[in-house]
Amino acid sequence: MHQARTVPLLLVLAGATLLGGWFSLETGSVPLSILDAIQQPGSLNAQIFWELRFPRTATAFVTGALLSIAGALMQVLLRNPLADPYILGISGGASVGALLAILAGASTLLLQSFAFGGALFSTLLVFSLAHGQGNWDTTRLLLTGVVLAAGWGAIISLLLAISPGVQIQGMLFWLMGDLSAAHTPLAGSIVLVLVATLAFMLSTSFNLLAGGELHATALGVETDKLRVTIYVLASLATATAVTQAGNIGFIGLIAPHMLRLAGARDHRVLIPGVILLGGTLLLVADGLSRLVIEPRQLPVGVLTALLGVPLFLFLLYRSRRARYA
Amino acid sequence: MPESLLCCAGIDTRVGNVTVTRGLDLDIHAGQCWCLLGRNGIGKTTLLHTLAALRAPLAGNIELNGMPLNQLKRRDIARQLGILFQDNEDSFPATVFETVLQGRHPYLHSWQWESARDHEIASNALTRLGLSEFKNRNIQTLSGGERQRVAIATLLTQQTRLLLLDEPTNHLDLHHRLDILEILLTECREQQKAVFMVLHDINLAARFADHILLLLGNGETRAGSTQEILQTTLLERLYGHRLIELETPTGTAWLPG
Repeated sequence: MHQARTVPLLLVLAGATLLGGWFSLETGSVPLSILDAIQQPGSLNAQIFWELRFPRTATAFVTGALLSIAGALMQVLLRNPLADPYILGISGGASVGALLAILAGASTLLLQSFAFGGALFSTLLVFSLAHGQGNWDTTRLLLTGVVLAAGWGAIISLLLAISPGVQIQGMLFWLMGDLSAAHTPLAGSIVLVLVATLAFMLSTSFNLLAGGELHATALGVETDKLRVTIYVLASLATATAVTQAGNIGFIGLIAPHMLRLAGARDHRVLIPGVILLGGTLLLVADGLSRLVIEPRQLPVGVLTALLGVPLFLFLLYRSRRARYA
Repeated sequence: MPESLLCCAGIDTRVGNVTVTRGLDLDIHAGQCWCLLGRNGIGKTTLLHTLAALRAPLAGNIELNGMPLNQLKRRDIARQLGILFQDNEDSFPATVFETVLQGRHPYLHSWQWESARDHEIASNALTRLGLSEFKNRNIQTLSGGERQRVAIATLLTQQTRLLLLDEPTNHLDLHHRLDILEILLTECREQQKAVFMVLHDINLAARFADHILLLLGNGETRAGSTQEILQTTLLERLYGHRLIELETPTGTAWLPG
């Protein structure tokens, strides 16, 4: 992408983010004017705004941004444009942790600690199995992750099968990804800023690594160090996102893809771009999840999957045609 | 005496259970064009990767411009030594120009954009390889030969004194083969660079290289000037095939017998 087109693209995305944020704040079971809520502190509307709407909107943006950046990083690490943040089984570990916490009747805070712990455990397990002997090949990493993800899937099914009926719905909502219990995402925001800054600083090396490990090494990249860094950053971003909001699918796969198709192949543009686009996509999806079957709410993960599957197939089909045109 | 760019002393290399070199001494000077010949699977790529610090030798020392290769940072190596690989991995879409511009990476800070000067260097490389019209094409849509020329343009954009090339004439038609080798030879002669390349064509080697290294198997090597090394009996032993020697207006040529 030409440098000159970078700024307009990012401005358009930033504009979309603001619109998405406004839509998300406006949407809910009570009609509410954002301006009134801010101007009348202490009113019921202000309470709804600050305790429900704002935390939910902020969590949606931060989660979407974390998932998209994790997706972009995993795609570079595995040199596969179809990789997503969950491909190496991180969300499986988090899910098992969360389900165990629900089964034990734990509080939200404990549930989040369990989910994060499960994600970290899964991350370390994949890392030590795939990187144990010092050499790190992409296929082995991918296979280790995919097989462990299948293992986690089996444990999740087992936990669902033995859980009492009252807890099943909570578990399913968590598994599908849900933002209705969102708190202001302080830890998530810190992780997002940290991961985004480091990823942006490394973005030129990502461009080279995408062209192959030898290619990157020959052009001056310390690839071993870089790949470990990418793995750690992607895992941290995914673990944080899943801990906040459960398994929300497709955002991490689609956001980097949409930008690549828009011409943002350079990671110096792609990294800031996916943060805005991924955050916006989840803001809009979460808003819609509150509207579609009003007054009931859909788990947002169901909506991202329902919208994501056809959108992804469409993009895939279009890019194939463009490639051979 | 021209300066030594790459100096190897007592290099042992192995790949799998094949011994590639045993105690190889090699001194590549500025202005020299070396050609590496050997059978399939004898370890030519392994040796090339060893010289490019992409793998370590089992024994021996390699010095790049007088500095031990294993103590240099990747970025410093990449400013002095460029390598062309046999294959290119294009998992992600990118334009030809973006790809060639990557050759400037060793000179950029971590998030610095390429300058107008970097763009000019990349454009010049594209022009030299006759690729100007391909500038905005997606590399995933190029033919094998076009992709190979893009890779060579990237290497030239890297502007290193030492160029290591693994079969630079791969996928290229007759005209482009000679064209590329002419470009490399010009770089050697006019800019005091050095080229060390793997070729499979003895006649191209005879025409363009001034020095030859043979990998004869079992770690046995033979290095020297082209006239000294390119002898019919030695070449027959190298490939295990009878050869017919012909005198032509451009020098001695060999045909498979």
